[in-house]
This record gives sequence, structure tokens and C-alpha cells, in this order.
Amino acid sequence: MKKLLLIFILPLNFLFSQDYFPTNSGVKTKELNHKAFTNATIIISPGNVITNGTLLELDGTIVAIGKDLILPSNTIIYDKSNQYIYPSFIDLNSNFGVQTPKRRSGSGRSAQYESSRKGYYWNDHILSDYNTINDYKYDNKKAKDLRQIGFGIVNTHRDDGIHRGTSLLVALSDQSSESERLISNKTAEHFSFKKSVTSSQSYPGSVMGAMALIRQFYHDLDWYSQGGVKEKDLAIEAAIKNKSLPKIFLADDKLNTLRAVKVGNEMGLDFTVVASGQDYEHVDELKENNAKLILPLNFPKPYDVSDPLLMKKINLGQLKHWSQAPMNPSVIEKANIPFAITSSKLKSSKEFLSNLRKAISYGLTKNQALASLTTVPAKILKKENLIGTLDKGKLANFIVSSGPLFNDDTKIYENWVMGKPHVVNNSSSTIDIDGNYKFNFGDNVISVEIKNSKSKILAKAKKDSVNLKTKAKYNEGWFYLTLIDEKNKAYAQLNSKINDNGLAKGSGVDFNGNEIIWNVDSDEAKKSVVKKVKKSNYYDPAPLTYPNKAYGFSTRPLSQNTLFKNATVWTNEAEGILKTTDVLVIDGKIAEVGNIESNQNYVTIDATGKHLTTGIVDEHSHLGASSINEGGQNSSAEVSIEDVIEPDDIGLYRDLTGGVTTIQILHGSANPIGGRSAIIKLKWGETIDNLLIQGSDPFIKFALGENVKQSNWSSFSRFPQTRMGVEQVFVDYFQRAKEYSKEWSNFNSLSKRQKSKIKRPRYDIEMEVLSEILDGKRFISCHSYVQSEINMLIKVAERFGFRINTFTHILEGYKVADKMADHGVGGSTFSDWWAYKNEVKDAIPYNGAIMHNAGVTVAFNSDDGEMSRRLNQEAAKAVKYGGVSEEEAWKFVTLNPAKLLHLDDRIGSIKVGKDADLVLWTDHPMSIYSQAEITMIEGVVYYDSNKISDQIAEIDKEKRTLIGQMLIEKQNGSATQAPPSGIKREFHCETLD
Amino acid sequence: MKKYILILLFVGTSYSLFSQQTPADLQSQSIVIYNAHIHIGNGDIIKNGSIGFKNGIIDYVGLKADMDNYQETINANGKHVYPGFIATNSTLGLAEVDAVRATRDEDEIGDFLPHIRAAIAYDAESKIIESMRPNGVLIAQVTPRGGTISGSSSIMQLDAWNWEDALIENDEGIHLNWPNPYSRGRWWLGEDPTLKVNKNYSTSVKKVSTFFENAQVYNKNQIPVHLPYQAMSGVFEGNTTLYLHAKDEKQIVDGISYLKKIGLSKIVLVGGNGAVDQLDFLKENNIPVIVSRPHRLPDNEDDDPKSAFKIASQLVNSGLLVSIDVSGSMERMNTRNLPFYAGSFAAYGLDKEIALQLITLNSAKILGINDKLGSLEVGKHATLFVSKGDALDMRTNIIEHAFISGRKLSLETHQTELWKRYSKKFQE
Repeated sequence: MKKLLLIFILPLNFLFSQDYFPTNSGVKTKELNHKAFTNATIIISPGNVITNGTLLELDGTIVAIGKDLILPSNTIIYDKSNQYIYPSFIDLNSNFGVQTPKRRSGSGRSAQYESSRKGYYWNDHILSDYNTINDYKYDNKKAKDLRQIGFGIVNTHRDDGIHRGTSLLVALSDQSSESERLISNKTAEHFSFKKSVTSSQSYPGSVMGAMALIRQFYHDLDWYSQGGVKEKDLAIEAAIKNKSLPKIFLADDKLNTLRAVKVGNEMGLDFTVVASGQDYEHVDELKENNAKLILPLNFPKPYDVSDPLLMKKINLGQLKHWSQAPMNPSVIEKANIPFAITSSKLKSSKEFLSNLRKAISYGLTKNQALASLTTVPAKILKKENLIGTLDKGKLANFIVSSGPLFNDDTKIYENWVMGKPHVVNNSSSTIDIDGNYKFNFGDNVISVEIKNSKSKILAKAKKDSVNLKTKAKYNEGWFYLTLIDEKNKAYAQLNSKINDNGLAKGSGVDFNGNEIIWNVDSDEAKKSVVKKVKKSNYYDPAPLTYPNKAYGFSTRPLSQNTLFKNATVWTNEAEGILKTTDVLVIDGKIAEVGNIESNQNYVTIDATGKHLTTGIVDEHSHLGASSINEGGQNSSAEVSIEDVIEPDDIGLYRDLTGGVTTIQILHGSANPIGGRSAIIKLKWGETIDNLLIQGSDPFIKFALGENVKQSNWSSFSRFPQTRMGVEQVFVDYFQRAKEYSKEWSNFNSLSKRQKSKIKRPRYDIEMEVLSEILDGKRFISCHSYVQSEINMLIKVAERFGFRINTFTHILEGYKVADKMADHGVGGSTFSDWWAYKNEVKDAIPYNGAIMHNAGVTVAFNSDDGEMSRRLNQEAAKAVKYGGVSEEEAWKFVTLNPAKLLHLDDRIGSIKVGKDADLVLWTDHPMSIYSQAEITMIEGVVYYDSNKISDQIAEIDKEKRTLIGQMLIEKQNGSATQAPPSGIKREFHCETLD
Repeated sequence: MKKYILILLFVGTSYSLFSQQTPADLQSQSIVIYNAHIHIGNGDIIKNGSIGFKNGIIDYVGLKADMDNYQETINANGKHVYPGFIATNSTLGLAEVDAVRATRDEDEIGDFLPHIRAAIAYDAESKIIESMRPNGVLIAQVTPRGGTISGSSSIMQLDAWNWEDALIENDEGIHLNWPNPYSRGRWWLGEDPTLKVNKNYSTSVKKVSTFFENAQVYNKNQIPVHLPYQAMSGVFEGNTTLYLHAKDEKQIVDGISYLKKIGLSKIVLVGGNGAVDQLDFLKENNIPVIVSRPHRLPDNEDDDPKSAFKIASQLVNSGLLVSIDVSGSMERMNTRNLPFYAGSFAAYGLDKEIALQLITLNSAKILGINDKLGSLEVGKHATLFVSKGDALDMRTNIIEHAFISGRKLSLETHQTELWKRYSKKFQE
């Protein structure tokens, strides 16, 4: 009955096979024999195992699976006793059969700002209309590589562009026709932060720009899909059509992984993100953001540690990644984050299975490993009805292996794809014949030792204790052995068909050339040789720290109630500088200033002879960000540094050692209208969200002068090239923002019914941001040098009815200090920098003093990761140049920048109720001889100079341990890689990304 | 009298023209500064002492000068007198505005350029140079950059009409940039920025040794004229110092070992970030170090965040002769911060007077001018200044008088003029 049912159902499944294709190569045939794989341990799906089971296949599909199946008469039976059957793997992130396009040669001297494609989206890097099927070509060689490591299906896409269009799903069956093995020609949409190499269009030039572009594209898609847009946009139309497809995002580092997840959530795109492999560092944040991941097994090779001088330059963080990477899948699993596993990002596909097994030895469960390669990817692709398990009705894609698949010595024998066999390792030839033997023929007794018979066979032979030269071969069930007796210049050649009993007898030619039959001493046969199982060493992963590099904390430090006793306290308030005063910190806030009794409830720090100040605030920093400039356009208000914060930049820690507690990370100065800034506290080891000061007023960077007109590099095509043009950029954008706001407010004032009748205005991120400025909800910090442009921007702002908040750099501020004071703009300047550009030839170190005397709120900033660590000394230069009082000079790096950032209600002075962001100095805080001893943020000690030598000793010790492990690995023959760079690039205003 | 009128006239015009301050005239009147804390520059201080000088030369340093011997007396009122600070390995006068190529003359093309001479490109009227004097920087070694051998340096005083007038020591040193044993890809060209062993290192070292070998042999008869080789003669004769620019530990050891091997006697290490790991080696070879300025970031992420500040005390404590290298980012305008470099080193383990030596007597010794400069001792040049307080600390580095060889300098600059002009504008 069962059988009958099967036969009736079957033809329906193949309605769309090639039955209707004409045949001209012979008679039209159709083979509908069944194949049964019997007596196997079958893993139908992770956790669902049957022993002694049978899998019945017909025409590429599983038609029955289970124990004691009744097989149709036209069934070929494959006995798979002692063997295991698993569903074949699925790779979601493949470039199988697709070439990465060639990079377009440069566009000459000047950057290309316009798109090259007509009728498509304004940005060439949005290739949503691209379909991988257009360029795809099945690759037999690559297919074989993939099958060897267990894959039966790949989802393949072209590795190019930000929006990369659609992928296709293909079964790796060489013997099927193109139309049979193509499962879907549009499986998923793919994305990345990397621009297409097919276009030189300059935007976006940074990750934050790419993030903004993705957001804007989907806003535009929503707007376009409402209809009524006059222009034709084929890229948007394609994306509308493909909207319901799964979306896969290729991220290339740990932070980009998190960024992709966040952008996906924000835009409702439900990205599945191909992660970095270093995701264990951000596991909590990934979980919080409901990440869905595809994990590569790109475990780094040990570094070549043979050059001790070079090793001094390698970072602890990089060494740790080598140690910790194999635990990545297990950490992600434990956090219950759904994930698939990909074989991409490996140097060689051969690393895949060994790395997978390594991941298992580091805690990845076998069920999860299998699920991540089968059911999870099937579900992500919404193809769980067709692939991913060995249930009835699914494609007959399965692996036959010698044992449990994830065991170290298990071999894959076959990988069946769509019911077509592909031999990976010949199971019959791989009977182990290792052992010590005595071969007998005629009078000869030859001692033979066979090793390594399952891979590259080796044999040693002796005749009467004289060594013979040998040549052994073992394949397809045949064993061949040539013995050379060099002394007598004679040779013998033996062969044997190996049966299940192993090596027993054979035929051949003896040393005299006579045909012989030989046999093996049964007593001696199979005497085991000690096998050297090559197994990668397991090392306990290096402990994770926060951040996971040098100077990281083993646990995130907590706020402690602290009493500073007998300090000289620089209040920055009316009280001025108080001698021999106590400051009490409770719950991260300043609780009391005065004369306070010690108490066991708080940590007491003896500050006798020392100075206590509020933490330094750097209004202009480029630390702690992965990119600084989006220079691809002259206005980039749509980008935000908050998108690209790099919380483990060592520069942040170095700033702490100089008493800095708060910084504004500004966009660079590539454009008149720059990007939005991020204001963070230097809470070393905290998450990105915890670094950001919640509820702070939002800021944006603007810029004037040589940088925005691109005077100092060869660029002659971008508007503006003069200060005259710079003004017009502002006027143009603010005028448009004003009109934009009006359009929206008109629309929003309509009733629901009225709204439904007209098309809503386009949502433009850039215009939204500029509207915030016009509405006094976002504030400008403008990079500026010469007086004319400073004056100009004040006038533009006044014309549009808002106020510039801060001029940063503002080196000729002293020439227009009266105008600045009238406008109410602050100045955040360098203490003494000048002469680096033509526009700073009149920069003078008295600038701060003159602006201060004219009533401008003055700050000294760094714009430099080196100088920011000693802003206390820069403040002292206001005393030297221009005679500002010490008390007021100190405010230049504390209270005044806090005012410019609108944070003076929370930070910037030692006042009850303010954040306990405090620095204990060994001496007068502006003395050259002073050092920050303790830097505290909200009651948490993030830096304590007394502990630094212990920390350094700890770093050295940990490095020694890891380098020791790598030395052993190298000794054991593991491949190594050249040590990586130990140095992060430094960013300044002019860094172009 | 005539002179005074001239000066007045000039001050008047310079105010509006922004040209450089007029170099001071030769010392005509003998001067004594009394009631002063005198920082000798050799580690000693004379509290409440006096210092007298005539014709540009110091003729008295001690507790109490005979006031009658001097035509002009300056009451320092407890202020501090220092030897003029000496900037080593500087590019002062070789470039004016970093971003304007037309103003840059510090780096010639080519690889082995000992014949390239910094002195003749020195712009005595640089506005950057005049901004040195109000901070006490009065002497500089002016050094070319780039190439493997950058060229030859000269020592200049920073108040001069022209380069010839500025010269203290002509072509006193040859500057060799030892090849880097490590290299990294140029990320801006899409190359892998990973630090790697430089495959070309031995080739580059070979080029250096080939050049030296040929130059050494050439200088035995000097025929025909070969400008680069000829320029090397002083190095082999022991008259010219060979400045070895090397930061990395391996560079330092390879460079010094080689130069010692070919018999050079006057070798100075410039940079030397990695020197702390080779203290014994440097001591054994008796190599002075012009150490990288403290205002730089640690070389590696894992390094002690304060490593750049701590290096000087490590070198000094191991008995090496140490001075401070002013090169680095925005080095010319930053050279006026030289006293604060020394102060920063003092904050991290050096005694203040020893830190002072790093920019006075030690520099003079390394440059070979300690017979006339570097400390306030009788017979040496009266190149000194009076500061309101500790000149290594910016709060008190406020300079009231400065002299180069007894010539009384103007402490005005383009910058002070703008300061006064705009302060006045807003006061009115």
C-alpha cells in the first residue's frame, strides 16, 4: 500500500523536469529506478537519528526514510552498514561560479561625483537590479571542492557593491543539467558596506556613508512604491520586486557586523549578517539586537613568532584573537543567537572541516554545528520545505561518512546531490592495513612495516636485517609494493587485492623475476603500529577582557563610593580653588564638597598634597571612530559618527591617562557640511551604547577653508573650490532644508483623508538633519580658520535665524572676537598650533586669551590623539600666552568645552549633584610636572597610574603564554602567518574616510 | 643715539609690514644681571647670583658680581637665568608653511646626498624662527630630511640677517637614515598594512655599506671630484659627526655596529625609541642619543601609555649622554615647545636640572659646541635669557630678556604684534 502511494505521488513532483525537452541524441528515455541506502545510521535532522535505517531515493528526491521500509522492486540497494548519512550542507555566502568584476580604472585626477548609470538609483553602488544569474557559470572544480567538505547546495552572489542584487541557489551536482540543479534564480538579496568596483563614484567613501546610503535607499523605496514619481528608477523597482526575499549582509569586521545588524533592524530589513569571526567580543550587543548571523570559521593561523624583535610589535589583542577565535561559534550558540555556518572567508576549503571540528572541541555542540549547516540556512532562505533535512519529499542531498561526521577521524565517503553520487573518499579502498608484516615468498622472509595506509601510504622493508628501498601504493582496493635490493641490484614487485580481512596474500614477481604467490604471516599481521593521530592542540582560550586587548578589565569596573581627603579642589565654581578639602562621591555623583569624615562605607583616597579637578573635556577629537570623513560629497549631514564608534581604540585609554573623561568625536573637515558627531565618555571597556552620553544635545560638524575647497590635494572638480563657493553651499542647503520642512509641515497638517489623496513628500535624511539645525535642535561645531569665513558663516546663520554653537580651530577668532561675542558663538581652538597651512599663517597662541577677554566661551581642543593626553598643559599655555588667570585657563579644557557641548549641567565642575568625573593630579594640574594619578568617570576608576606597572606585567605574561602556544604549534608543523600590524591609523580632520 | 633712532624707526615700520624683527647689534655695553637664580646648564644652580658679560662673552658667574664693572645692570628680582636652549635635529628655516610646497626646502630628491647642505637654504627671516626666541630657544641644528643620507646639517643662532650671519658651525654633521627592517603595506593604495619583515632590508643595508665603502676609498686620493663622496671626508677623518637616525631596536644595533666596524668615531643616535632595550649596547659603544620628543604616541598598542615620557630618564640613568630630537609632526612650529619636552621628561623621572641639561649642555656636547655654548660659564658665549620662573613649565616660561652672544634680542614676533594689535582694538 505504502509503495503504491509513493508511486502515485511521485510524478507530480517532477512536473517541471525536462520531460518536455525534445531529444535528438537517441531514443527518449527516462530512468525511474529507486535507490535505497540501507543499514545506515541516518541523521535526518539535528537530533533526529535512526539507526539501521534506510533512505529511499527516486529521481533526486527522498521518497521514504525510516526503519524497515518496504522497497519497490526496481530498487538498487546500497548497503551502508556502519556508515552514517547526514543531510548535505548549505552555504549561504558563496561566490560559486561568479567572478568578482574587474576594478574600473581610475577616473584621472579628479574624483567622480555623479553616477554612471542612467535610469537607475543616483548611486552606482546600489546594484539592486543586478541578478547573479546573469554572470553565473557552473564551476565543476569548485563544486568538487565544496562537495569534498560536505556542501550540496550553495547560495551564490557576486561579491561587489553595497546593494548587490540577488543571489541564486544551486545544487552542486555535476551530473545534472543546468536547469535541474538551479534551485532558484533569485534566492536572496545581498549587501555589504563596500563599494562596487565597477564604478568610481566617490560616494560613499566610508562605512558611515554606506550606512546612510542604505537607509536613504529604503526610505526612497518606500516613497517610490507609493507611485507618482516622475523619474524611472530601475534599481528601486527591482528592489521593490525583491522586497520579500531574504537579505544577507556581508560584514568584514566585528564592528561592521554589529553595525549591519543595527541598520537592518532600523530599516526593518531583517538582515542575516555574515559575521567577522570575532563576534564573541560583542555577543551581548548582538543578542540585544536580535542578530541572525552566518559565522565563518576563519580561525587565524598562529603567527610566525620566530623573530623576537618583530614579536615585540605584535599586540596582545591580536594574539588573543588567535586563541579565542575557535570559541566564536560556541559563544554565539550559548547566547542563543541563531546562526548558520559558512565555508567562505577561508584561505582554502580544506580548512573547513578541521576548523569545524576545532570549533566543536571549543564547545560548539554537534547538533548546532549540523543545524547551522543545514536547517538554519534552509530556514533563512525560506526553503525549509525543499532542503536542510532528509525528510521525505526533500532533495536527496546527503553525505555518507565513515562515522559520526564531526569526529576527528571520520571521513566523508560520498556526497550525493540531487540523487547523483559523488565519491569523496573511496570507502572500499580505505581498509586500514597499517601494521607489521612478514611477507613470505620462496625462501624470502621480508619484514614490512606499513603506516598511514588510509592517506599517503608509507612502507619500510627489511630482508635479513638489510633495509630495502620501497615504493608502496594503495588505491581502489589494490595494494602494490615494489622492493629494491640495492646491494644485489634486484627488485621484486608485489600486488594484492585487499578484501575485508585486510592484507593477507597476493601475487607478483620476486627478486629473480619469477612469478610468485606470497602470503603474510598471520600471527604477525595487523600487529598495530602506534598511530600518530594528527590532532590540533587544544588550548584554553585566553580570558576575555573589556575591551579584549591590552589594558582591558577582567570584569567591567563598577562605581564605588569614594572620599577624596585633603585635596586642593579646583571647583570651577564660585568657590574657586579650595585648599585641604574633601570630596565625596556617592553613586557616581558628587555628593558633598567640604569637610567630610572618613567612613567605612566608602573608599577613602588620601589626596594630601594633590589636586582634584573635574575631568578634561575635549571638544574636538577623532579618537574612537572607525571612520572620520565622508568625503564623497560636499554635504554629508546624513552620516553620523555614532554609527562608527570604535569603543576599543587604545587612544581612548591613552586619553584617560591624561585625565580626559569626555570627548566629542567630530566628523572630519572634508566637506562644508560634515557629519553628525558623537559625544562619549571614556568608559574604557564599555559597550558603544554605554559610551554615548544619553540625552546629550546633538551636534554636527561643519567646515570652512582649505580643506573643504580641497586646496591641498589634487582635486579640481568638486564644488566649492573657493570660499565664495563655500558660502553658497550653505545658503543652498539651508534654503532647501527650509522648503523641505515647510513641505512636510504642510503635509502633516492635513487630515488623514487628505493625506491619502496626495503623495507624501520624500523623506531625506540629510534635509531632516539640516531642518533640526534650523529648528534649534541640533548644533554646529564649525572647523574654521580665517576671519572672512568666520564672519560669513555667522551671517548665513543669522539670515536663516539660528546661531552657530561653536567655531572649532577658529584660529583667527581673535580678529573677530567682538562679532563672535555678539553672535554668541563659542571658540574651541588650539593653544599654539600654526604654520601648517597657509590659512593658519596668522594663527597666534594669544587667540584664546583675546577671545576670552572679549567675552567668548573659549576651549582648547586637541584634534589629535597625542595632544589630547596633555590638554592640561595646553591650558597652561593660556597663562603663558596672554596672561589668562590659572583658574580661568583651567576652564578652557573643562567647564568651557562642557558648556560648548551643552553638558555643563552634568559635567565640567565639582559641584554637588554633578557627575563624579574626577581627576586626581599629583601636582598643580597645569604644571608640566603633574601627572593624572586617578581618572574617574561617574564614580568608576578607569585609570589608576599606581596599577599601570602591574598591568604591563600582566600583558607581558599573557603575551608570553600565547607566543609559547604558537611556538608549539609551529613546532608541530602548523602553518603560520606573518604578524599583523600593531598600529592603528591615527585620524585627523583631514583623514579621508 | 643714531642706532636707537634706527631701531625705533624699524619697530614702527615692522608693526605695519609684519616683517621679521631686526637682528640685534653686537654687544657694545657690558651687562650684568643680578638677583637671579642662575641655571648653569650643567646641573648646578646659583641662587641669588649674578652673571656678567662683555663683548658677547660671559666674564662672571657667581654670587655677587662687581657691579661697577658693567655699564648696564639688570635686576632680575629673583627671576631665572638660563642658557639659550638648543634644538637638535630641527628643520627650522627650511620650510615655512607645511602645506605650501613652494615654501618647503627640507627634503631633496635622491638617496645618498651628503653634499646637500641645509645651511644655505636656511631662511633667517622665517616667522617661525622668530617665534622661538620668546620661549628661550636660541640655537638650532638645522638638518635636512629624506633619502638614506639626507645631507649635512649646520648649527645656527636664531637671530640673524642671513644664513651666513646665523652660522655657528658649518656642515658639522652628516645624517644617515638607517633602512627599516620592517615594512608595511601602503593602506592608501589598498595594500595590506600588516607589519612585515622588510624583504629588501639587506639590500638596502648593502646599498649603505657600498656607499660608505666607496666614499672611504675615494677619500684616500679624491680623484676625480665626486661631490657626494667628497662630502663624506670629514666623517672618515673624525671631524664631522655621523648622525644615525634609527628608531627601531634592530636598526639601532645594525647601524651602530656597522658604523663602528668601519671605524667611525663620532656617532650620534637620533630617535632611538627602541634604545631602552639596548642600553648596555649603547653604553658599551659610548653613543650619545638625541632621543625622540616625548610628545609622540607609544609605538605599539600594548606599550606603556607613558613610554614616550619615560624614555629619557631610562637613558640618562644608564649613563648615556642625552639630548632631545624635535622632529615629528608639525615639528618646526612645535620646536618652540622644546623646553616643555624637557619639562615632560622631568615629570617622568628626571631631575629638573638634568632635564635642563638635555636642551643645553648635553646638546652642545653632542653638537661639539660646548666650548662656547650650552652652559653659563666664564669664557662661553652670553647666549642666555631671563625667565619669570621655571622655563621648563609653560606657566612660568615667560621671557623678559634674551641674548645671543651678548646681543640683546627683540622678543617681539609677528604673533605678538597681532596680539597687541587686536587686544588694543577690543580694548577701545
